[in-house]
Amino acid sequence: MNFRLLYFASLADRAGRAEETRESAADTPRALYAEVASLHGFAFDRERLRVAVNGAFVGWDHALADRDEVVFLPPVSGG
Amino acid sequence: MMRFRLSDTPLDIGTERRALDHAAAGAYASFEGWVRDHNEGRAVQRLDYQAYAALAASEGDAILDEAVARFAVREARCVHRVGSLAIGDLAVWVGVSADHRDAAFSACRWIIDEVKRRVPIWKNEHYLDGESGWLHPDNTPVDTTT
Repeated sequence: MNFRLLYFASLADRAGRAEETRESAADTPRALYAEVASLHGFAFDRERLRVAVNGAFVGWDHALADRDEVVFLPPVSGG
Repeated sequence: MMRFRLSDTPLDIGTERRALDHAAAGAYASFEGWVRDHNEGRAVQRLDYQAYAALAASEGDAILDEAVARFAVREARCVHRVGSLAIGDLAVWVGVSADHRDAAFSACRWIIDEVKRRVPIWKNEHYLDGESGWLHPDNTPVDTTT
């Protein structure tokens, strides 16, 4: 499947990009995070992140579909 | 109704608070978050705020809708800046109108706490010594250089 990933804050810095399109066999955000964390050297344990698919929060075992937009959200610091 | 929004330009509170007008409201409480010149003992020169705009808008709206359902208020709004901000700039504004002050104060406090906890916005502090760092939950910058 093809996924569009967006990166923010320190994850974008670490990946060296704000977005990418990836072809992957991952069928859940859990599997996809393991893949990109290893690829880009993300330091965050998954437990510290939230994940959104197509603009809505989902669980780590959400079933991914082709062309989904997937965003791994590091802890927020607005305000 | 969109009660929360992001703004990439400076906020005009006089304009924003008109959305709270209500004939039954006898109280207005607001919170302003400003950019300060220090954090965790370091001198801060400026900030950048970045947001996942689509989700920030929907999550921010959800918080304000929850506040209106949860507290005896007439209206509630919040605007959060994104982009580059200088010391003293207004970063976030929360406004609440209510019949009485107790609900206005309580809702205002609850909203800013929830916005800080839930809305996907990140702060990058630029320090006077030239370093910078994104702030993540335990409020310490994450070193992305190694």
